[in-house]
Amino acid sequence: MIRSLPRSKTYNWSFNLFILAYFTFLFAPLLVTCVLAFNDSNYPSLPWQGFSLDWFLAAGPERIGLFHDEQNLRSILTSFQTAFFVSILSVVVGTCASFLFEKENFRFKGVLYFLMLAPLVIPGVILGISLLLAANTAGMFFEDTFGLDFDVFRPSFWLVVFGQFSFITTFVTLVVSARLRKFDISLEEAALNLGATQFGVIWHITLIFLRPAIIGAWAVAFLMSFENFNTTLFLVGSEPTLPINLYLQVRDGSTPVINAISLMLIVGTSLLAMVNLYFTRKDE
Amino acid sequence: MTRSRLGFWIFFAPVLLWLLLLIILPHLDLLTMSFRGEDDYGDAVWTMQNYMNFFTEPVYWFTFVRTALYAIITTFITFLLAMPVSFYIAKLARTRVQGALMILLLLPFWVSELVRIYGWMILLRESGVLNFLMLKLGIIDTPIEMLYNDATMIMGLVYTSMLFMVVPLISVMESLDDSLIEAAHDLGAGPLTIWRTIIIPHCKPGITSGAIVVFMLALGNYLTPNLMGGKNSLWFTEQIYNQFIASFNWNQGSAFGFLLLVLSSLIIWVGLKVTGQKLGEVAS
Repeated sequence: MIRSLPRSKTYNWSFNLFILAYFTFLFAPLLVTCVLAFNDSNYPSLPWQGFSLDWFLAAGPERIGLFHDEQNLRSILTSFQTAFFVSILSVVVGTCASFLFEKENFRFKGVLYFLMLAPLVIPGVILGISLLLAANTAGMFFEDTFGLDFDVFRPSFWLVVFGQFSFITTFVTLVVSARLRKFDISLEEAALNLGATQFGVIWHITLIFLRPAIIGAWAVAFLMSFENFNTTLFLVGSEPTLPINLYLQVRDGSTPVINAISLMLIVGTSLLAMVNLYFTRKDE
Repeated sequence: MTRSRLGFWIFFAPVLLWLLLLIILPHLDLLTMSFRGEDDYGDAVWTMQNYMNFFTEPVYWFTFVRTALYAIITTFITFLLAMPVSFYIAKLARTRVQGALMILLLLPFWVSELVRIYGWMILLRESGVLNFLMLKLGIIDTPIEMLYNDATMIMGLVYTSMLFMVVPLISVMESLDDSLIEAAHDLGAGPLTIWRTIIIPHCKPGITSGAIVVFMLALGNYLTPNLMGGKNSLWFTEQIYNQFIASFNWNQGSAFGFLLLVLSSLIIWVGLKVTGQKLGEVAS
């Protein structure tokens, strides 16, 4: 039953087997993807034709490896740019929001707090379409009244950034708020008594205290943005992000280049996940 | 401690702008768009037609009900699988193994959903790895197409949302006092009774929050049904996508989007009411 109680051999064995099966289930697709990235075959499938780095390095014309694949490289760059802006924007606004909800009192605080949580229960697809609609309405408004034409209101890079920002900020707010709740207010009071300005206190004391949570939230925001599909799908213009680009390729038949990209993604995200884990540990 | 009004506005303004411009206005726009349409002369008018279409066209509401039903089945299967896993990690595994298992558990979910689904596609398709292995081992004579059916699609949905059930379950199980189980055992209760009267009742809050998140993710998922469910997967998000991108009928799409939003919020609201929880608790 539990650690401290005697357990029968069959009980132990069946449980261990179940857990083994479960972790196989978790890792099998990732493992297969990674292994087949090195298969010297034109299809992402067995049999094993020997080890090859072609899907990373080949320069064409028969095989084009990831590092020579302009379209995929461009989408990776787009994803990095998107995630860069989204993570910075959402960390700044999310931190503001946690200060607002944890430290300030004002009318309609409850309503605003509820609205801040709303993106958690709005499916990503719906966030995408409503933002598409709103941007379109705004674009038409500016065109009709002022005769101005803004690219931002058409599916484009910045629309994707705003779409992802709109719900990732909620996650940042929750992470930072959790840390802010543990903050000892007497530290701020002491600093104020000793003559620090309000912004000096926030800058030198509160934000330093929040640093591990902010870095952790930044990593989460970066990853969430990098891999977002549902919201991005409706807002993407002529510059697809990596998930959108991969989706189009997977749907229309795949080559082992996708495996190579997946491998890089798996390695990259694992590293960032470790960074996040390190800072969350420090947080505790 | 008194704060200056300036300090308040520095926190308040960006949060208000975020919620107003990216959450409230877009969803109001979604609502108004869903009641707009064209009359016989091509002029824009207010109409219920988009909602009428939904109820009079069987394929629409059939898909809607099907999506909801499958999302519920997914949630239930995820729960059944997650329960023993989280019990093992929280109560059975040796403390040193615990941390390692937790990291292993989290890692796959940091990787993009698209990569994970792609891994399953390589494993399961007709020319896939599993078929290759089974042919080699002589289990089957001709390859079987394991992709593009409802069972595989549900498996995919379970796989992608697993984590959001396991993590809350582990955290509630860790808070369960071992001595309760020991006492029950000493008094002669069997494993079934212990599960029914101690473990499951104690885990209720974790079960609810896990179920809500998994349900919402399955309901709003686009990638998995689209790639694993095949041509006739009939998922409601796909209908929305088709209305928006393929038919360019934004009014009809808005109506569908709003219906999906109502369905997901309604079920989440009922879930929270029945178990007496608040959205904020579920979120953290």
